Amino acid sequence: MSALQLFPHRHLLGIEGLSPQDITILLDLADEAVEVSRQVEKKKATLRGRTQINLFFEASTRTQSSFELAGKRLGADVMNMAVAASSIKKGETLIDTAMTLNAMRPDLIVVRHHAAGAVQLLARKVDCSVINAGDGAHEHPTQALLDALTIRRNKGPLRGLVVAICGDILHSRVARSNLILLNAMGAEVRVVGPSTLLPSGIERMGAKVFTSMREGLRDADIVMMLRLQRERMNGSFVPSVKEYFHFYGLDAEKLRYAKPDALVMHPGPMNRGVEIASDIADGAQSLIREQVEMGVAVRMAVLEALAAHLPNK
Amino acid sequence: MQNDHPILFTHATLVDPASGTTSHGSIAVEKGVIVAMGAGLDPHVLPDGAEKIDVQGRVIAPGLIDLRAFVGEPGHEYRETLASASKAAAAGGVTTVVTMPDTHPVVDDPAVVDFLIRRARDTASVRMLPAAALTKGMLGQEMTEFGLLKEAGAVFMTDARTAVADPLVMRRALTYARDFDLLLVQHVEDQRLAGGVMNEGELASRLGLSGIAREAETLMLERDMRLVRLTSGRYHAAMISCADSVEIMQRARHDGLRVSCGVSINSLTLNENDIGPYRTFLKLSPPLRAEEDRQAVIAALAEGLIDVIVSDHDPQDVEAKRQPFADCADGAVGLQTLLSAAMRLVHGGDLSLVTLLRALSTRPADLLGLPQGRLQVGAPADLMVFDPDEPYVLEPDHLHSLCRNTAFDQARLQGVVHMTLVGGRVVHRLQGAFA
Repeated sequence: MSALQLFPHRHLLGIEGLSPQDITILLDLADEAVEVSRQVEKKKATLRGRTQINLFFEASTRTQSSFELAGKRLGADVMNMAVAASSIKKGETLIDTAMTLNAMRPDLIVVRHHAAGAVQLLARKVDCSVINAGDGAHEHPTQALLDALTIRRNKGPLRGLVVAICGDILHSRVARSNLILLNAMGAEVRVVGPSTLLPSGIERMGAKVFTSMREGLRDADIVMMLRLQRERMNGSFVPSVKEYFHFYGLDAEKLRYAKPDALVMHPGPMNRGVEIASDIADGAQSLIREQVEMGVAVRMAVLEALAAHLPNK
Repeated sequence: MQNDHPILFTHATLVDPASGTTSHGSIAVEKGVIVAMGAGLDPHVLPDGAEKIDVQGRVIAPGLIDLRAFVGEPGHEYRETLASASKAAAAGGVTTVVTMPDTHPVVDDPAVVDFLIRRARDTASVRMLPAAALTKGMLGQEMTEFGLLKEAGAVFMTDARTAVADPLVMRRALTYARDFDLLLVQHVEDQRLAGGVMNEGELASRLGLSGIAREAETLMLERDMRLVRLTSGRYHAAMISCADSVEIMQRARHDGLRVSCGVSINSLTLNENDIGPYRTFLKLSPPLRAEEDRQAVIAALAEGLIDVIVSDHDPQDVEAKRQPFADCADGAVGLQTLLSAAMRLVHGGDLSLVTLLRALSTRPADLLGLPQGRLQVGAPADLMVFDPDEPYVLEPDHLHSLCRNTAFDQARLQGVVHMTLVGGRVVHRLQGAFA
């Protein structure tokens, strides 16, 4: 049996529920996809004849284009639907939208939605495979997979690595998916941020909790910064951009608390000067651009793995 | 500096509220700290040039630390400046004063904290420590830059005369402050429920004045205790005024919450009956309550359930006070009379001197994390020399404050401060004292 058939899932709704073996299969497939993407001839025929719908209820640039490119490189017909601008405004419910799309007989639907659990709900109503491209503050599995791939290609196996996830943990689906994946793979996960941006009970989700960058970054191999939304830094969750950057923004001084060969990551889009200093984002220790490349590869791997279970007749 | 020479005080009654001990002997200060003390102190160990002062049995105790004083600087210098407030403080034996942030501009920016610290260094004789606003503009909506304000030197966060009404804002502030081990100080009064000008009850009804129910205080205090439990923050109720609040504090302490509270000198020594014929200098926030409430807060102070006594020093000019009772501003000055007013409790047999001084120096020092508030070799020489029994009648003209709105106008008081030292420097000396 090929690796494709060993992947036992019909949907990818979250990292939760994936075994370390499932994750390894996807990362190995993604390594191969990186090679495909680096060739002149980037096209494969794996998904020829298949229809992929990207259903984005929330605006997205990189995730959506990355899924689009991944589908196209595998030979699928890809359709983008920015729902924010269409049916929702006319009052259609999530389930009605799903049923309508289902009637068009797609093979794969990639969904992003602002509400946690929305993708799961949709998956129960359609006949095709569903991929979660981010649901509220719940999960963003392909981001965690691309982060894992980037780390593995730079640092080797994840087991034993110290990964510090810093910033707005409370509102972050990226943090949750990463936390689950990194724990499953045996890394030591820390979350670092002001208490107002830490979800309650996070310590019972397998993370060591720190409120100071100095403590939290000590001996870290990977420093993963998260985006802080503008509307959360004017006194509601943190007092100001100035104070946030002073205590939690990653600059050269704070990066020195981590290991000398520590690498810096950010899921994007970045707020330069808020959670990360420009020189660090563009510096020698930054993996931020590589993460974007790995995004396409990981999404190709996921599409391939799920397509292996699609009915062939 | 001229006042900076070593001093040996002899024949003193040394009262150390930190250890709870009273002894007789000498105490020597040099270079800003207490260098020696005890009964058999050898005067020859003293450095050259030491001044020797025989205090003739008077009390030497740590200088007082007042966690709540309003100063008009910047913006309302006609009411009070850091210089005038510090003069009043020094005359009353107060060596550290925490200033409230409701100035103009509001102390909600690290630059204003920095200004206040420099200004105090240049013009004030006692230690004036700025408190910063808890919310921007004290509007109760967005928390201020706690971390940067603390780094600039703000000692705690408070919205001064207003409570943070929005429970979500208070919850987030308590949570965020925890990361910086910052103390949040709340004026425990629900303004929407308060809505009156004096304590609610028969007296208010007879005077035809609108009342402030005790529940305006207890509801806010009770809510905050729940939020402290939720967030594990550090919380201080600026002033409680009634028996029910004491009960709430008692429960919270019993449950191990990191909470403390203060009481105004006015609530300890006066009650609503003192308002008599609409005496506007006694229009205060919290309002003067009933005698039962006064007795309850005194008992709580004796038990240590109330941590600190504050002057709630609040200079208001004549125009603000010469108004019908309901229309006039709240507040009374109190720095200079803090000690002698408080001595009423000692002379009345309600409290021991040690217990009183603990609430006026040791406990406030502990809450701020200061080394003051104790008579100890090596501790800062912030001291006062006072005669606990010496009587006087308070003439408003003798107040150093720029405003004379005292609640103790022409009152007979006991307890006179003869000398005050801040960091070993003499900042107040009664004319002819120990000459």
